[in-house]
Amino acid sequence: MSTEFIIAIITGTVVAATPLVYAALGELVAERAGVLNLGVEGMMLVGALAAFAVGVGSGSLLLGYLAAIGASMLLALLFAVLTLSMQTNQIATGLALTLFGVGLSAFAGRKFTGMPIEGIPSLSLPALSNLPIAGPLLFRFDAAVYGSILLYVLIDRVLNHTRVGLQLRAVGESPAIAHALGQPVMLTRYLAVLFGGGASGVAGAYLSTALTPMWVEGMSAGRGWIALALVVFATWKPLRVLLGAYLFGGVTILQLHAQGLGIRVPSEILSMLPYVATIVVLVIICRDPKTILLNRPASLGRSFHPDA
Amino acid sequence: MLELPWRLEKRAAPSSVMRIAAPLIAAVAMFATGFIIFAFLGKNPLSALELFFIEPLNSLYGWGELLLKATPLALCGLGLAVGFAANVWNIGAEGQLTLGAICGGGVALFWSDHLGPLALPAILLAGIAGGAAWAAIPAVLRTRFNTSEILVSLMLVYIAQLLLAYLLHGAWRDPEGYNFPQSKAFDERLILPLLLDGQRATIAFLFMLGLAALSWFFSSRLFAGYRMLVSGQAPAAAAYAGFSEQRNVWLALMIGGGAAGLAGVCEVMGPIGRLQADISPGYGFAAIIVAFVGRLHPVGIVLAALLMSLLYLGGESVQLGLQLPAAVTGLFQGLLLFYLLAADLFVGYRLRLVPRLAAQP
Repeated sequence: MSTEFIIAIITGTVVAATPLVYAALGELVAERAGVLNLGVEGMMLVGALAAFAVGVGSGSLLLGYLAAIGASMLLALLFAVLTLSMQTNQIATGLALTLFGVGLSAFAGRKFTGMPIEGIPSLSLPALSNLPIAGPLLFRFDAAVYGSILLYVLIDRVLNHTRVGLQLRAVGESPAIAHALGQPVMLTRYLAVLFGGGASGVAGAYLSTALTPMWVEGMSAGRGWIALALVVFATWKPLRVLLGAYLFGGVTILQLHAQGLGIRVPSEILSMLPYVATIVVLVIICRDPKTILLNRPASLGRSFHPDA
Repeated sequence: MLELPWRLEKRAAPSSVMRIAAPLIAAVAMFATGFIIFAFLGKNPLSALELFFIEPLNSLYGWGELLLKATPLALCGLGLAVGFAANVWNIGAEGQLTLGAICGGGVALFWSDHLGPLALPAILLAGIAGGAAWAAIPAVLRTRFNTSEILVSLMLVYIAQLLLAYLLHGAWRDPEGYNFPQSKAFDERLILPLLLDGQRATIAFLFMLGLAALSWFFSSRLFAGYRMLVSGQAPAAAAYAGFSEQRNVWLALMIGGGAAGLAGVCEVMGPIGRLQADISPGYGFAAIIVAFVGRLHPVGIVLAALLMSLLYLGGESVQLGLQLPAAVTGLFQGLLLFYLLAADLFVGYRLRLVPRLAAQP
């Protein structure tokens, strides 16, 4: 195997993992505040379409990404109003959000199918980007990849080392006690859900502007659900979300390169790999009920109302 | 805080009137939103709504299409509802439907010659078994390994669709099919009989009504059904009474998977007539909405399936008549479920107007 091939696999892995990093980190924040949002897939699709449509329309990818964040946050706000203020069932409402997002993006996206878009440019530093090996591995990604690492550092810091993070975790573990101590439970949960929505939007935007720069109906292909599984797999810890996402990115890329490696397996079977891998890692992590009980935010998925 | 002129007041007991009214309110709100969407798109909203909801039903053929599409929706919805009532979240009916089609279609393609008059029953049973077997995977993983049935059943949807594509690109492809990914057409003797001539709905509609009756009997007359309802509404009470969670999970997934499998095999042995890559426009996912809008009750589910079926027909109708994308169907479906969830607030709460207090001097 040549060095170039190995480098291509590593960089491909990072790029394929980036949308998962965004979506799963966003969902992690929402879940640590005690809110389970199964609408990630729907928010990603709407984000993907918003970024593509505004990117093509305005010629500015930055505006596209902002539109993606805005659109996905709107959906997240809808979810938050229903589950937090109106106390609907989080599972049912999340499913509704995904079904709605799939329908909305398919409906509004019809006229964008098949259009070209200028993909997100890669970093180009004089000298550094052209270094052998280190260049492509460190200095030639696009801004969103560096952004995803930055987001991880930020979330890890804030969750584990700041007062705000402590408040968020307290709300997720015991909203009743947090409320009794004067913490703004509702506000915290609203903001956490909105943050998750925005991150899903960036994840979607990355799909339609970088990973495959085009709009295709249903293009997230289950990545929103894989992101949800990643949060469980990571036992709600940011570093493990990051590593888990790279693991999945690797599975996706190996599947693409399998032919090159001389593996003769039909492409449909290879395409099953990420989904099979999701099931396998979930089983490995969940096998011991204690792992889940010890790490899952205690109030995850349960409604809380200060008046009740 | 902002002073609202009303406040929500918890009802002493959940309102049974609102439980039935909520889906109707949701449907009305969906129509109203449709009106706004069509107006926003520059179409005459009244004639668009007529094209969407009335036009598809002005012929016998149209009514047949309504029953035809309502059948898989209701079959999947009835099966899912049994699980949802017990807090078992099988959201992979689409995959179980696909496996039902694969297994039933496989028997029809390769073994039907040896089975004589038993061929069609064997095909249908294979479909049910295929769907149930696919649902057995999340059941085993949930009961043995504590793994979320939500994520596993959903992942299995993608795997099932890829499995079907694999078969149709390889061993099961029709050698005379010009390389299209589809099997050869099933023998005409194996196709399900039509309900009436002049339309396309098959006797699968009667299977669906039968399943609705069975599911009513199961939920309201059998102890197994009662145990599941208690587990859904009061898990602590169910645990105290010693009701087995594992048995509930298995029952829910077997019933849901089997019903979805039946839906799949009836689609390919009915209107489709062969195995092909797309056998369902998302019936398994839309059935989740059907189950909720139908209040998890068999009669409600059949009615909700008819409404959802009309949404599919309306989508096709405005695509032809107004050149709008048929995906408007998915939009309406999602809206319907959102409105229902919101309207459900009034089952447990009521609005009480608060008289404005005179401003303090």
